[in-house]
Amino acid sequence: MAKLKPSKGAPYARILGVGGYRPTRVVPNEVILEKIDSSDEWIRSRSGIETRHWANDEETVAAMSIEASGKAIADAGISAEQIGGVIVSTVSNFRQTPAVATEIADKLGTNKAAAFDISAGCAGFGYGLTLAKGMIVEGSAEYVLVIGVERLSDLTDLEDRATAFLFGDGAGAVVVGPSEEPHIGPTVWGSEGDKSETIKQTVPWNEYRVGDLDRLPLDSEGNVKFPAITQEGQAVFRWAVFEMAKVAQQALDAAGITPDDLDVFIPHQANERIIDSMVKTLKLPEHVTVARDVRTTGNTSAASIPLAMERLLATGEAKSGDTALVIGFGAGLVYAATVVTLP
Amino acid sequence: MAATQEEIVAGLADIVNEIAGIPVEDVQLDKSFTDDLDVDSLSMVEVVVAAEERFDVKIPDEDVKNLKTVGDATDYILKHQG
Ligand SMILES: CC(C)(COP(=O)(O)OP(=O)(O)OC[C@H]1O[C@@H](n2cnc3c(N)ncnc32)[C@H](O)[C@@H]1OP(=O)(O)O)[C@@H](O)C(=O)NCCC(=O)NCCS
Repeated sequence: MAKLKPSKGAPYARILGVGGYRPTRVVPNEVILEKIDSSDEWIRSRSGIETRHWANDEETVAAMSIEASGKAIADAGISAEQIGGVIVSTVSNFRQTPAVATEIADKLGTNKAAAFDISAGCAGFGYGLTLAKGMIVEGSAEYVLVIGVERLSDLTDLEDRATAFLFGDGAGAVVVGPSEEPHIGPTVWGSEGDKSETIKQTVPWNEYRVGDLDRLPLDSEGNVKFPAITQEGQAVFRWAVFEMAKVAQQALDAAGITPDDLDVFIPHQANERIIDSMVKTLKLPEHVTVARDVRTTGNTSAASIPLAMERLLATGEAKSGDTALVIGFGAGLVYAATVVTLP
Repeated sequence: MAATQEEIVAGLADIVNEIAGIPVEDVQLDKSFTDDLDVDSLSMVEVVVAAEERFDVKIPDEDVKNLKTVGDATDYILKHQG
């Protein structure tokens, strides 16, 4: 048996830069009210959402990712050729093959970086970050780009009162690189496939080929509709608030810190009511800055955490070097929580 | 030991007070959570989870819809408490 050389990586990893892209079109609640019986007041009080961004034809998954990544690379102070890995988390890129990550890696000007897509719903950022950290510490890449990107407006049923107001589009990206000290804590993550029914795409794509109208979603006039994401709102709410607060606490424990040591809390921007309840359940102290980007960005699934991170840093509500707890959770159900130092 | 009706109402009053800020004395058997006590459908989930812990009951999502008044919740807990 031949003796193999071990791979040599960095001792630790950290987030070096962050960037975001929000589509130009801002959609207020009034537009949502054209298709559902609801009110601005109801939407704000149940979700905190005032506006969201919807992408136009040019603002594709790749285009938004490239914009966000360019900013993250500049923020990290590296060049695109130094990037050895590109991980894209999305559930709303409609060409499945090839992975959109390869196009993004090429257009950014990386030097043939390893590139692949992952599907981990609203936990996608944490899943990507964990993979990136592993790649850097293991030595297969020096710098890795982690992108969360969604065009959820394409998967939103505007006639569904439970979700029409919730989703938005956008891209968030971070550059992860080597570090002499740990700046990304252990990830607490997992899946609960027994709850897969609580958030899902209405029908799989192959049902459209079968074409059985009884199994396809129809609009009020009987026309076949595009699939959409549906959810059992209260079941998701209960799980998110109470089960995810436990996971968040485990991530703090794993990193060896207490809520008092935290500067910033960046939960997945699903719904401000979930955020409020998690803050209460976790008993976060007053001094912790809480991301509430959902108000103007809506729920952008995998993109929500890096987008919220970018905004907190841009507005000065958080600063470089702050200790932040990030937690994503969603369709799967899947979740991932970790403590990071902000870039 | 199982809680009495009086203890359950008092416990629910504490929970509603904590979650919605309603004075405990306003939480009466005939009061509707949503119409009288400012507990909307999402706060109701919080009330239910707090009640589950306090009274050692399981209240599944599909049963939550039927708990319109404090009396409904009290009866449910009386019947199902462990
Ligand atoms: C979607 C969500 C806001 C809906 O709230 P809810 O309290 O569960 O809503 P319900 O369907 O139970 O409806 C409660 C009441 O509001 C009404 N309602 C529902 N949708 C409405 C809307 N869009 N506008 C106005 N009223 C609405 C219902 O008719 C019902 O009224 P009733 O009690 O008089 O019958 C909430 O469940 C939620 O946000 N859950 C978490 C979802 C999430 O974040 N998912 C992403 C995770 S990654």
